[in-house]
Amino acid sequence: MSDPAYNFAYLDEQTKRMIRRAILKGIAIPGYQVPFASREMPMPYGWGTGGVQVSAACLVPEDTMKVIDQGADDTTNAVSIRKFFENTAGVATTEKTREATVIQTRHRIPEEPLTEDQILVYQVPIPEPLRFLEPRETETRKMHALEEYGLMHVKLYEDIAQHGNIATAYAYPVQVEGRYVMDPSPIPKFDNPKLEMAAIQLFGAGREQRIYAIPPYSKVVSLDFEDYPFEASKADHPCDLCGAEHTYLDEVIIDDAGGRMFVCSDTDYCGERQADGHRGRLSPKLEAAQ
Amino acid sequence: MPQDTLTGGFTEAPQQSARAFRSLMNALARPGTIEEITGGTGPAPLSAAAATTLLTLCDGEMPIHLAGGHDTDAIRQWIAFHIGAPICARNQAMFAVGTWQALTPITDFPIGTPEYPDRSTTLIVEMDTLSNTGATLTGPGILTTAQLSLPETAAFQQNRLLFPMGVDCYFTAGTRIAALPRSTKVEAH
Repeated sequence: MSDPAYNFAYLDEQTKRMIRRAILKGIAIPGYQVPFASREMPMPYGWGTGGVQVSAACLVPEDTMKVIDQGADDTTNAVSIRKFFENTAGVATTEKTREATVIQTRHRIPEEPLTEDQILVYQVPIPEPLRFLEPRETETRKMHALEEYGLMHVKLYEDIAQHGNIATAYAYPVQVEGRYVMDPSPIPKFDNPKLEMAAIQLFGAGREQRIYAIPPYSKVVSLDFEDYPFEASKADHPCDLCGAEHTYLDEVIIDDAGGRMFVCSDTDYCGERQADGHRGRLSPKLEAAQ
Repeated sequence: MPQDTLTGGFTEAPQQSARAFRSLMNALARPGTIEEITGGTGPAPLSAAAATTLLTLCDGEMPIHLAGGHDTDAIRQWIAFHIGAPICARNQAMFAVGTWQALTPITDFPIGTPEYPDRSTTLIVEMDTLSNTGATLTGPGILTTAQLSLPETAAFQQNRLLFPMGVDCYFTAGTRIAALPRSTKVEAH
């Protein structure tokens, strides 16, 4: 049950109306960053204040919420945001991707394909894809208005000139519906093809005071060149716990001698595969004894 | 002050506005989808869907334009009591309510600027009925195509040419609501 000292989902109604209007504008103009009056939240910037505000504006009492941090349900950020909404909105929470209606994520898209009945809320640190190329907001606004994205292609070209390939591995820029170039938040570029999905995707940047969105089934193209096409790369290993060869992997150092293992970054997906009997290189050999 | 000025607002604002917003968001994110939206009722001819939409999205910061037969004392007082939004002319409106006939020509409404295309009007078009027949819709939020009984097509095709600027439309009938964001391409059936 939610704490009666708080309004439903923490924020006051006037704030939620303002955020909701920004979300609707974002959906109407896919990929465009809508300014909004971001509030102080009871957590520091960088811990998902934008995502939390967007989630708070979207939640209904009947929702089941899942929160992931880099794919994991059990890290500090995910646990504390989940608790925050348990306390202030009284919504049910889950770690199962399939059971969730609202999923707030920090830097991953779940491996399990999302459905039309789900909403994916991203936490975004720097919403402006052109910010590191042009620090002035007045100029980047103009560049978006004029659809002037040559600078971004120069950056990717310089990657190729210096490294032989496009070295950008996360926050890989995309163009939404052939118009706005957008930062998909720091998801690995492995996740970029999944940005075309059935669920509504909402992006909230609290410190930078921007909300943007991708409606379902929108065309989302990762920027590339004909001779250097976009490639959704991952570590070239199977998961050491569930054996999956098609998932995004974390590299974990396991001893002082340089030993390492690769495990699925999506803990729910990995756990479900293990429960189904899939085994990896370092899985405990429990069944063998029986 | 007539009694219905004081009634018709949300009785449980946080929960009711949250559910209403989800209907509004689903409708806009999937153009052509018809959603149920309830919680508020205003004086006639304001439909329950339009009244709930205003209660969910508007406040003192959002100037509303009342078009044609919707510009009545009863509706003005209802908005003043429940929402507190200023009533304004077409060219200052952030929201506008009326029948399609009263709202046209829609070119009078703010469409935003190239830098800030979000500074545009949202139209709430009161309809007699809504159905998934008529004009064919394609674009963001639509897997293949969708159909919606739009009052006309030419005005929406013109509006689409302004993208990313332009107005967004909600269509309301009773407690049902559908939407047509500026991003949707419309073809006559």
